[in-house]
Amino acid sequence: MEHIRESLIKKSKKAKLEQIGKFVSFLCITLIVLVVVAIFYFVASKGLATFFDNGVHLKDFLFGKVWNPSSVDKQGKPLVGALPMIMGSLLVTFLSAIVATPFAIGAAIFMTEISPKLGTKILQPVIELLVGIPSVVYGFIGLSVVVPAVRNVFGGSGFGILSGTFVLFVMILPTVTSMTVDALKSVPRHYREASLALGATRWQTIYKVVLRAATPGIMTAVVFGMSRAFGEALAIQMVIGNAALMPHSLTSPAATLTSILTMGIGNTIMGTLENNVLWSLALILLTMSLLFNILIRWIGKKGEMK
Amino acid sequence: MTPKKADRLATGILYGIAGIIVVILASLLLYILAQGLPHVSFKFLTTPSKSFQAGGGIGIQLFNSFYLLFITMLVSIPISLGAGIYLSEYAPNNWVTGLIRTAIEILSSLPSVVVGLFGFLLFVVKAQLGFSIISGALALTFFNLPLLTRNVEESLKAVHFTQREAGLALGLSRWETVTHVIIPEALPGILTGVILGAGRIFGEAAALIYTAGQSAPALDFTNWNPLSISSPLNIFRQAETLAVHIWKINSEGNMPDGPTVSAGASAVLILAVLLFNFLARFLGKRIHKKMTSA
Repeated sequence: MEHIRESLIKKSKKAKLEQIGKFVSFLCITLIVLVVVAIFYFVASKGLATFFDNGVHLKDFLFGKVWNPSSVDKQGKPLVGALPMIMGSLLVTFLSAIVATPFAIGAAIFMTEISPKLGTKILQPVIELLVGIPSVVYGFIGLSVVVPAVRNVFGGSGFGILSGTFVLFVMILPTVTSMTVDALKSVPRHYREASLALGATRWQTIYKVVLRAATPGIMTAVVFGMSRAFGEALAIQMVIGNAALMPHSLTSPAATLTSILTMGIGNTIMGTLENNVLWSLALILLTMSLLFNILIRWIGKKGEMK
Repeated sequence: MTPKKADRLATGILYGIAGIIVVILASLLLYILAQGLPHVSFKFLTTPSKSFQAGGGIGIQLFNSFYLLFITMLVSIPISLGAGIYLSEYAPNNWVTGLIRTAIEILSSLPSVVVGLFGFLLFVVKAQLGFSIISGALALTFFNLPLLTRNVEESLKAVHFTQREAGLALGLSRWETVTHVIIPEALPGILTGVILGAGRIFGEAAALIYTAGQSAPALDFTNWNPLSISSPLNIFRQAETLAVHIWKINSEGNMPDGPTVSAGASAVLILAVLLFNFLARFLGKRIHKKMTSA
């Protein structure tokens, strides 16, 4: 009697196992959230030290045009203008997105509307392979093919925004393409049928119906590609020349936030202004990545198909 | 221009664009393989690298890449399995879950340099692990977790709900249903995701430069004591991987045969990644066939 009573009141072994399982899986998810919070906390606390501990004005940092953190100007302010890198990053990002978008949309239309057979047989695997190529390999090819080519055609050293744009274009193309394909595929079939039934040609249908209906999805794809391009570090660092100067032409050496960051962080001492200001660059990267994220969500919400 | 002509013209242009993309990839692959493969020999794959003389290999870097991949997976697979199970089986549909999903999305979109710098600050500097395999593996884990978690969740969700009902009807708890019924069913999907993630990790360099370090000290492959500094198994030693090696050769330029070594290393890296992709497809299909007897 006693042990039956006990087994009824006490939790069974299985119920305990269930609780443990649920708890462990919850711990795993908490860990991931903690990591995200920790990344923001650490990068922000290091990055903001430039402004709070070293007394640099935000305005001088964001809009200053001279980057030379180890020396000071005539008024004794450190030369930590990040505008050259911000401009460099924005330029390569926008230019590569501008070049990649028509190619991505074209390829996506080809795969979904013109020739789905060739598309899934040839283009799809090609694009999947392009995604898999590591970024250092893109950098190496950029260094040994693109840079000499730019040098031969436009003169100069060949390092610069143009080479960077070209490398990033190839790097973001597959991502943007496959997301655009998804966007086109989600346009309902009866839209196309209705348009064709009205006597529109295939191109008219694509241009006036399919692309219009898929615009939010395509924009998401492009913004996603831009956020990739903005955060790319090594490939771009190998071809852009890493001169922290305001970019004057597309073929003169420039720098991006990521390239200065990867070059500098190992050569500076923790806690000094030279180091803190690099963390501020990382903070800009983090903020931009967050902004891109918000933008993608906003587009998604605005363009929900009703 | 008549609509018919425009249609034909547009079709032509679209064929052109598709052609250009195929040509870009083909020339990329051919270039790397043609430049690199002639230098790839057994000696190149097994000898250590040299920094100021020609004739170095990539033996240690290759081993480091695989070892780092192994350690990273050892850490990240259990965590992402747990997280994926929670999201697909237990997570209530409320704002907390929404917040969790947003956090995962943000983590997956962070630039890998930033993740690497965070790893540098937390493990190398604050935890005083120094440049080491364990620091690198933990940084790569952060980089790997969001994608792997999403993959696990999607694979689990793809399992039909009748399977869960069947498990529960037999008197299994939810946890037992997941571990004994749902996970085996979702295994092909999970495995494919893991292998694709492995390909990504294998080629990652930006997150490793300041966590696993940029030098490859000599290893003694007869020493299997994991605590000895020259042992390949030691997780507290510096470990430059293949991808980092390529970056370093090209950005420092003090290796006389740098271009040929990096071409060879790139070819090996690409072949490894292609192999991972191929394996993912093949194994996924194979296991699916075996388990569903389709």
